[in-house]
Amino acid sequence: MKIFDVEILSNDAVAANIFRLILDAPELAAQAKAGQFVQVKISDEFTLRRPFGIASTAGGKVKIFYRQVGRGTEFLSRQRSGERLNILGALGNGYTARGGKVLLVGGGMGLAPLLCAAETAMRNAQCVMRNENPCPLSLVPCPSDVLMGGRNAGEVDFWQAEFRPFAEEIFLTTDDGSVGKYGFVTDALPDVLAKKNYAAILTCGPEVMMRGVAKLAAEKNIPCEVSFEKRMACGLGACLSCSIDTVNGRRKVCKDGPVFDAKEVF
Amino acid sequence: MDNSCLQTELCGLKLNTPIFAASGTFGFGEEFADFVDLKRLGGVMVKCITLKPRRGNDGVRITETPSGMLNAIGLENPGIETFLLKILPRIKDKMNVIVNVSGSSVEDYGTLAKMLDVDGVAAIELNISCPNVKDGGIIFGTDERQAAAVTAAAKRSTSKPVIVKLSPNVTDITAIARAVESAGADCLSLINTLMGMEINVDTWRVTLGNKTGGLSGGAIKPVAVRMVWQTAQAVNIPIIGTGGIRSAQDAAEFFLAGAAAVAVGTANFAEPSITMKIADDLAAYLRGHGLKNIRELVGKAKS
Repeated sequence: MKIFDVEILSNDAVAANIFRLILDAPELAAQAKAGQFVQVKISDEFTLRRPFGIASTAGGKVKIFYRQVGRGTEFLSRQRSGERLNILGALGNGYTARGGKVLLVGGGMGLAPLLCAAETAMRNAQCVMRNENPCPLSLVPCPSDVLMGGRNAGEVDFWQAEFRPFAEEIFLTTDDGSVGKYGFVTDALPDVLAKKNYAAILTCGPEVMMRGVAKLAAEKNIPCEVSFEKRMACGLGACLSCSIDTVNGRRKVCKDGPVFDAKEVF
Repeated sequence: MDNSCLQTELCGLKLNTPIFAASGTFGFGEEFADFVDLKRLGGVMVKCITLKPRRGNDGVRITETPSGMLNAIGLENPGIETFLLKILPRIKDKMNVIVNVSGSSVEDYGTLAKMLDVDGVAAIELNISCPNVKDGGIIFGTDERQAAAVTAAAKRSTSKPVIVKLSPNVTDITAIARAVESAGADCLSLINTLMGMEINVDTWRVTLGNKTGGLSGGAIKPVAVRMVWQTAQAVNIPIIGTGGIRSAQDAAEFFLAGAAAVAVGTANFAEPSITMKIADDLAAYLRGHGLKNIRELVGKAKS
């Protein structure tokens, strides 16, 4: 974990108010794990950094998705390629390294860290095919499946394109039914789980969605990891802005998480 | 780099630099070990400790504001017993540990001070100024007699230097400062956060779970400088100036106003190594002004 001064390679709108930021950050990319996040300094005019999940670390580049919601992200959205950005990372614990076929269940911006998990699973699977054992996993790594949800077609189209190179199967829901199955990911999840045996479920998105996913996973006795989003000041475990209740007492999303075993938090 | 110009002394404590990390912004110090030479700090005011563990406030705890932020953590902490048993042994040799404490009664402050009269504690900072809890904190910091009573209770119970952290949410901070000095305080630190509030105009909801919070960051610096300056005229004990310090220039302003040392708070969030940069730049500032030691700058503001 350290501070990096990196170059912006691109910063483009991919949907209404949603941006994809790509940074030239080989050192950070080499040390970051799926599920971890970075704290981005917007400028000296802003008192706090902004925490964003890492969506990709391939090729020495770090990819981030963000929704423009306030002054900070509005300022960030106006930064152009060639400009530099000060980022602190990689922060948090990340997903447990595992093999087998994993189902990724995400909604909205929660799909960003899951994209990194899909990329990692594909990389591990390819290493196994080339007989380069990537890590001592108990199950043979396979490409993941993804169940994604969004408000409408516009919000999921770019996510499909992002996941396609790394996911085996993509299942889709939208709140308005404009594409995929009408409804929430939790409505579609029982059918998805009925078709295949998954080694684990990783989920990230609105808390109500993750709670529903965790409940179904528990019923099926499938290991489930959830990734939380909270307002943060330091990102280092010092300020306690992001404290949550768990079965093990108060924990910090930034340092003890953002990834938790679902049984610990729901 | 030669930092001897920053070496100073405060309440009998030898300081490598007169730069502290303010309570609540620096955890127990160890969280910043990757970014800061902890021994180079004057000390770390660790996260506020209470007698019993506290879970803190529910709901949203922070929000950014123009040139600052509001927080309403609500003194979440593991309690004094866990601190003494598990945390202090881990950190005591790594930094000057100043333990910030808050109580719900005058007696609590005495009990906490007594329990902290142990090896590894450099000083005790009485938090009588937290605006985010209902049972303590600020109620002792806004009344002269209560402020004096908690100071006396702590002083009676410990051999450690007692620093009292004052609230800016008062009409006349010098009256509280004098009362605390008379009760035996060794040092003052000021200011704590200013009570503030934010309302979301789209949802019409109050942002913070606690409704109100404490404003910190650059926005409060002029208020803090003014209060340090006023207090320095009113008391003879040293002052640790704090409130919106982000640079050596900001720190110099507090020394000129009469602070013997400074504490950096909110700025640690965006720049975890900021205290080291402030130390470097402050040494350069002193050299640039032909000063041999930071003490020569204290209280030199001209009118």
